[in-house]
Amino acid sequence: MGNIPTTVKHCLSYEQLIRDYPWLKRLLLEEKSIAAHEYPEFVKVVEVGPRDGLQNEKEIVPTGVKIQLIDMLSGTGLPVIEATSFVSSKWVPQMADHTDVLKGIQRAPHVQYPVLTPNMHGFQDAVAAGATEVAVFGSASETFSRKNINCSIEESMLRFEEVISAAKEHQIPVRGYVSCALGCPHEGYIEPSKVAEVAKRLYEMGCYEVSLGDTIGVGTPGSMAKMLRSVMEDVPSSALAVHCHDTYGQALANILIALQMGVCVVDSAVAGLGGCPYAQGSSGNVSTEDVLYMLHGMGIETGVDLAKVIEVGDFICNALCRKTNSRVAQARGRTSGHALL
Amino acid sequence: MAAVMRLVNRSTLKPKMGHQCLAFSCSAAVAKAVGGSASKNLPERVKIVEVGPRDGLQNEKTIVPAETKIHLIDMLSDSGLPVIEATSFVSPKWVPQMADQVEVMKGISRKPGVSYPVLTPNLKGFQAAVKAGATEVAIFGAASELFSKKNINCSVDESLQRFEEVMKAAKEANVPVRGYVSCVLGCPYEGKVAPGKVAHVAKRLYSMGCYEISLGDTIGVGTPGGMTEMLEAVSREVPVSALAVHCHDTYGQALANILIALQMGISVVDSSVAGLGGCPYAQGASGNVATEDVVYMMHGLGIHTGVDLSKLMDAGAFICRSLNRKTNSKVAQATCKL
Repeated sequence: MGNIPTTVKHCLSYEQLIRDYPWLKRLLLEEKSIAAHEYPEFVKVVEVGPRDGLQNEKEIVPTGVKIQLIDMLSGTGLPVIEATSFVSSKWVPQMADHTDVLKGIQRAPHVQYPVLTPNMHGFQDAVAAGATEVAVFGSASETFSRKNINCSIEESMLRFEEVISAAKEHQIPVRGYVSCALGCPHEGYIEPSKVAEVAKRLYEMGCYEVSLGDTIGVGTPGSMAKMLRSVMEDVPSSALAVHCHDTYGQALANILIALQMGVCVVDSAVAGLGGCPYAQGSSGNVSTEDVLYMLHGMGIETGVDLAKVIEVGDFICNALCRKTNSRVAQARGRTSGHALL
Repeated sequence: MAAVMRLVNRSTLKPKMGHQCLAFSCSAAVAKAVGGSASKNLPERVKIVEVGPRDGLQNEKTIVPAETKIHLIDMLSDSGLPVIEATSFVSPKWVPQMADQVEVMKGISRKPGVSYPVLTPNLKGFQAAVKAGATEVAIFGAASELFSKKNINCSVDESLQRFEEVMKAAKEANVPVRGYVSCVLGCPYEGKVAPGKVAHVAKRLYSMGCYEISLGDTIGVGTPGGMTEMLEAVSREVPVSALAVHCHDTYGQALANILIALQMGISVVDSSVAGLGGCPYAQGASGNVATEDVVYMMHGLGIHTGVDLSKLMDAGAFICRSLNRKTNSKVAQATCKL
C-alpha cells in the first residue's frame, strides 16, 4: 500500500473498507467489467432514408428513383429498410406513390420493409399492397400530437389499438415510434416519465419494438441517459431502438450512450437524408454511413457493407441534386481513403 | 488496493477536496460505480481550449488580416473561454496564415484569467514568442514517424530533442509549456498507430516538463473503441488530469470520442469555433470539432465550462462572415434558423 496518498491512509484502510462493505471484495474481482463499457456484439441498423428521409426533402422524388434507392439499399446488408408511408397524400405528397413503391421494389430475402400506417385505412391499403410489417407513430408531447396528426396522444393510441389488433389477425408485426422523446418544438422539455408512459402503452399493445425519437435533435447524452432509464423501467432494452436526429450534432454521442445502456437497434438515414422541418436548413436524421463507421470502428457487427451504403448515398444525392450530410461520405469522396478502413 | 484506488480515482474526487469529505465521497463513488449508472462519473468541470484562431485559421485557405484575427480572439475572450490558442511562431514560409504572429500577439486585449498559448516549434520561435509577450507556449510531437518527417522534416526523436531546448528556455523564463501529440488514432501515411507509441511520446513530453498533453486525432479517423484503447495506454504513463483530447470531426466521430474520453476521466477538450479548419488530408472535409457543438453537449450533461454559448456563436458568426464561408457547427446552423 505504499503508493496510497497519505490522506487516504488516514481516512480508511483496505481492511476497514472490506469490513464495512463485504460486497466490495466481490466487486473488485469484477472491477474489470465495470471499468470497461459493455457494448452489444451486434447492432441492428434500421434504414429510414426512403421514408423519414425523403419525407423531409423538398423535391418530390419520382417513384422510379425511390424504388432504385430501396433496391440499392437492399444490396448493402441492411436488415430493415422503411420503404414508404400509407398516409393520405394530402398530408404527405412525397409518399403519394406508396402503393407503386411497395409493389415495385425487389424484396431481398432476410430484409424487412416496414411501412407507416397511421390508421386502419392506411393499414388496409398497406396490406393490399403487400406490406409484411407496419409501424405506428405516437408522441410524448400532446401539442406535437395535435399539430402533427390532429389528435391527442390518447386518441392516437386508440387508433393504433385498432391497427395493432388487425395486424395481429394478419400476423403482421408492428413497430412503435415515440416522437419528441428528448424535446418538443412546441412544448420544449419533455418529462422522461411521459416518454416511458407512451412507450409502455405501445409495447403492451403489442409493438415488438419501440423506437424512441429525438425528433428535433436537441438531446444530449445526459438527457438520453435519463430518458432511457425511465423507459427501461417498463420496456426491456431488447425491445428498444433509438432514432436520433443530428440537428445539434449530438446524434452519435447519444447513440453511444444508448449502446452503453443496452440498446442495440439504431435508426438512421443514408446520406443523412431529411432536414429538420423545425429548423430550416439544418440537418435531420443521423447518417447511416457515420453510424456504421462508428459501430464498425468499435468492433460491433452490423452485417452492413459501408462502402456500398456510401455508393447508395452518392446515388440519391445526385438524384436530389444535393450534398450528402454524411461526414464519412464527405471525407471518403475527397480522398484516396485513409489507410485504416 | 490498486483496484480500489482505480475505482476511487475514477470518481468525482478531486485533490482539492478537503480530506474530511474523503470517506463519504469514497463510499459514494464506489456505490455509484456499482450502481452501473450510465452517467459513469463524468467530470463536473471541463476546460475548453479554443484552437480556432491558430489550428482553425491555419487550415483555412483565405488569408485573414491581422485585425480580423485580433477581433476574433477578443470576442472569444469575451465568451468565457479559459484558453485561446492565439497564433503560431512558425516560419511564414511554411505557414503564411501565421505571418502576422507578432502583430496579433501584441494587438489582442488579454482578459485576466485567460491563457493565450502560442505554438513554438523550436528555440527561435520560442524566443520570438517571448519577445512578443507570450506567457504560455505549445510544442507539437507526432506519434507517427512518417508524419513527423513529412510535417516538420525530422524524426520523432529529433523533434523531441528540439523541444528539450525549448523546454529548457521555457523553464528559465517561467513559461508553462503544453505538449501536443498528433496522429494518436491514425496517420494519413502510416495508417494505424500503436497506442504504445502514443503513450511513449506523451510520456516523453510530460517528463520533459509539459504541464498538459493534448492527444490529437489529426485526421479524425478515430472511433470510441480506438479512443478507449489509446487513452488506456497513455493514462498508464501520464496522469489523466494532465491529458486533453483534440478530436477532429472529419468522419463525424468527434463528439462520441470526446464523450468516451470524459467517461475515462479526461477534463480538457480542444475545439475550434465554428469548426474552423478543414482537413488538409481530405479536401473539402471538415476538420476540428466545433466549439459550439462541444459546449452544447457539455451543458446538456450538466458539466460546467464557464462559456457563454450565445457569445461564442456570435464569434463564430463573425469569423464565418469574414471568411465568407458557412459554419461547420450544427448548433450554429440549427439555432440561427429557428
